[in-house]
Amino acid sequence: MFLGKKRKGDRIFRWVVIGASGYTLLMLVLVAFSVIEGAIPVFSLEGLSFFIGTDWNPVEGRESYGALPYVIGTLVTAGIAMVIGVPISLGIAVFISEIAPPKVGTPVAYVIEVLAAIPSIIYGLWALLVFRIWLLDLIERPLYQAFGGTLPFFAKAPFGLDVFTAGIVLAVMIIPIISSISREILKAIPNSQREAAYSLGATRWETVRKVLFPYAKAGLLGATVIGLGRAVGETILVTMVIGNALGIAAIPTTLFSQSNTISSVIASQFNEAVTPFHSSALIALGAVLFVLTMGINIGAQLLVSRMVKVVPGGRE
Amino acid sequence: MGDISSIQEKRRSVIQDAIVRQNKKRRLMDRVFTGVTIACIALAMIPLGSILIEVVKNGASAISVEFLTRPQGSIVSGGGGIGPAIQGTLLVVGYASLIGVPVGVLAGIYLSEYAGNNRFAYIVRFFNNVMTGMPSIVIGIVGYILIVLAVGSFNITAGALALSIIMIPIVVGVTEETLKLVPHSIREAGHSLGIPKWRVTLFITLRSAKNGVLTGIVLALSRISGETAPLIMTILGTSLFFQFTFEGFTDPVDALPLRIFRLAALPYEHAESFGWGAALVLILIVLSLSMALRFLVLDRRYKASGGARL
Amino acid sequence: MINYQKGSIAAVTSEEYANSSVDYKLSSAQAYARGYKVSIRNLNSWFGVKQALKNINFDVKENTITSMIGPSGCGKTTLIRCLNRMNEMTPGAAVKGSVYLDDVDIYANGIDPVTIKRRIGMVFQKPNPFPTMSIYDNVAAGLKLNGIRDKKLINEIVEESLRGAALWDEVKGELGKPGSSISGGQQQRLCIARALAMQPEVLLMDEPTSALDPIASAKIEELLNDLKKDLTIIIVTHNMQQAARVSDYTAFMYLGEMVEYGPTKQIFENPQKELTERYISGKFG
Repeated sequence: MFLGKKRKGDRIFRWVVIGASGYTLLMLVLVAFSVIEGAIPVFSLEGLSFFIGTDWNPVEGRESYGALPYVIGTLVTAGIAMVIGVPISLGIAVFISEIAPPKVGTPVAYVIEVLAAIPSIIYGLWALLVFRIWLLDLIERPLYQAFGGTLPFFAKAPFGLDVFTAGIVLAVMIIPIISSISREILKAIPNSQREAAYSLGATRWETVRKVLFPYAKAGLLGATVIGLGRAVGETILVTMVIGNALGIAAIPTTLFSQSNTISSVIASQFNEAVTPFHSSALIALGAVLFVLTMGINIGAQLLVSRMVKVVPGGRE
Repeated sequence: MGDISSIQEKRRSVIQDAIVRQNKKRRLMDRVFTGVTIACIALAMIPLGSILIEVVKNGASAISVEFLTRPQGSIVSGGGGIGPAIQGTLLVVGYASLIGVPVGVLAGIYLSEYAGNNRFAYIVRFFNNVMTGMPSIVIGIVGYILIVLAVGSFNITAGALALSIIMIPIVVGVTEETLKLVPHSIREAGHSLGIPKWRVTLFITLRSAKNGVLTGIVLALSRISGETAPLIMTILGTSLFFQFTFEGFTDPVDALPLRIFRLAALPYEHAESFGWGAALVLILIVLSLSMALRFLVLDRRYKASGGARL
Repeated sequence: MINYQKGSIAAVTSEEYANSSVDYKLSSAQAYARGYKVSIRNLNSWFGVKQALKNINFDVKENTITSMIGPSGCGKTTLIRCLNRMNEMTPGAAVKGSVYLDDVDIYANGIDPVTIKRRIGMVFQKPNPFPTMSIYDNVAAGLKLNGIRDKKLINEIVEESLRGAALWDEVKGELGKPGSSISGGQQQRLCIARALAMQPEVLLMDEPTSALDPIASAKIEELLNDLKKDLTIIIVTHNMQQAARVSDYTAFMYLGEMVEYGPTKQIFENPQKELTERYISGKFG
């Protein structure tokens, strides 16, 4: 009798925890369902040309929507963020795990943690009201004055709300993520590898470059790809500083062009969408972003899980 | 024999010469490299320092009792406060954790205590990790399609659903990790007394992992408190307080990040000052959560890893 | 008694030797003159506030094998890591004292630690080949790191080092395979070859067989006898039978001190100190 009762309690609890686990998978299904369901109207209007179209016209009767400019805008800003953010992140990770004595490394690591804890809306506010002006005065204007006439890259008078600013602020935001995962990956390398290198007379730099980086290649690449995923998906920060261009004008032709990313179009237009097609086009952009980030994140997980089990908890 | 050792002597001097020749260059490279990594740290500190200074400097002057408790006054002339945004953030985050905490903890229990390494567990783990990287704006669409469209208006439930989806994978991961650190002897002690497994799990294993699990929950709370994007498409934002009536659940709600976003888009000076004030309140909430986290954390492991990405 | 008035050597008085736990009365210069390769004088080491080595003094004869034995935590691994300045890489570690390689104090000012590592090679507890490098590149790693570009010379040294480590016949057809693709015993011999490629004069081995099966261990023990023709070997071992089998001299350490040091036969058959006898006979440890 007692035994039977015990087994019953266990059986029920077992199903409860399996149910909870099933729900976590259901969430993913719900996300997939929602973006597809919401995107159907615009695909019935545009068909597959939604992916390659450059128009963005929400006027009823003449509606036409194309995702291409925003896909390009996303790739360009994320690209700028990666070019700037990845080397700095690796430098930070190497300093904390390989160079600094624990007395210095631990507080530095903590400060980087605080950087990761700041919500992106606050990065956005700071970037809009403070950092944009710095960039404009210290980098953008001097670059424009020096090369604006000669290099098409810089051939646009800057005013601070552009892909360059968005890319740099994104870099600031992904640095804590990439650096803390990279740090853990470096930590997971057995000490015997470092000892082997030192015993052959290698300096720290040689040990890092010729032994540790090759050893941790896959994991570090995974950390980078996780950072890419965040850069591609980050919304609010980019919305505030990218200038929110629409249609063909959103394809950046210079570093100082206004643009829009997939997520920033959704965020800036969602509450203004008046026609069902307009809403649907925005959700369809969400579907594109969903597919893009799923691919990136699955790839990253496969790379990183080879090295360490990453404790989740990163920001978007 | 003498021949061999003379060859060896020659080689030794060749290697020695190479070392001596390149010594200066290698040491210099090593210093340059150390300098570069320190510069990377400095570069990362600049934004942090600037953000904290600006938020405190500009935000402190905005803060008053009226600012914290009153709804917003006229858009043009200013006045009032961000009371509804503070209330809304607390409500929507609390609501989200009503869904997120039990689901996350239970799924974490499954992965650590029941699943072992079966295929289902692998899939759950894998996609939970993938979900932590899902852009929050995409998750907002779920709240919009499933709840906003069904109810016919923006509402708090839609926001809470979206935030819970962001929260769950974090709680699952940290719960599983922490439970796995509980020594087996503790579980065995329970089983040897004839206590059923579910009671051992809930009242012995989970209890001894309490701090770690709370860490995960606080981590998730601090993360969702700062989310903006999914709220745009779920709770919309309003300048009114949430009403605890049936209708309250079908009306838009405000939240701090959303308020900052809306204020930042306004061209008025008082809006800017309000924005900084709201940012200060938000940063205090988020940072005090992560401070609380550091007090909760007893296990160094989590200081080093779990807390690292809060 | 000759008094060598030279730097730190002069600081070592005969009185101090008489007080030290091991009976060493030669100055380092005298020791060098009599064919000792390595002379350790008043070596102390700390990890933070904990003292790991207490005033160690002893000399190692050229072309011999010396074993370090003693219970875990007695400082034997710390000691050999002090002999090629590896311990500097451990955070919180500090060293005071002198280690003479021939007549040069490796802790003296102006001594380049890279040069020391060229002259004193090291093999570790667990085989640690570089997994992303091929077998060939593992052996060549030290040469390339230290700026040797001469392909022909590298080829020669790689082959000879692999022969020296008794691995050549087993891997000569697959030098391009990753260093981690061979068996554990082969990996450890690869690590020995990697150390030999630097043409060291002294080889330090930190429990080199503790991660290996008996057959692989026996192979390495056999190898040691061949290696000592060209090298001075200092080996830390947990295994007293191994110390008795392979070494010419044995040092017994306990709680950071060197209790007794002498010919292996003497240490095992007729120890002078009671503590040594109790350890040898398995009464503790």
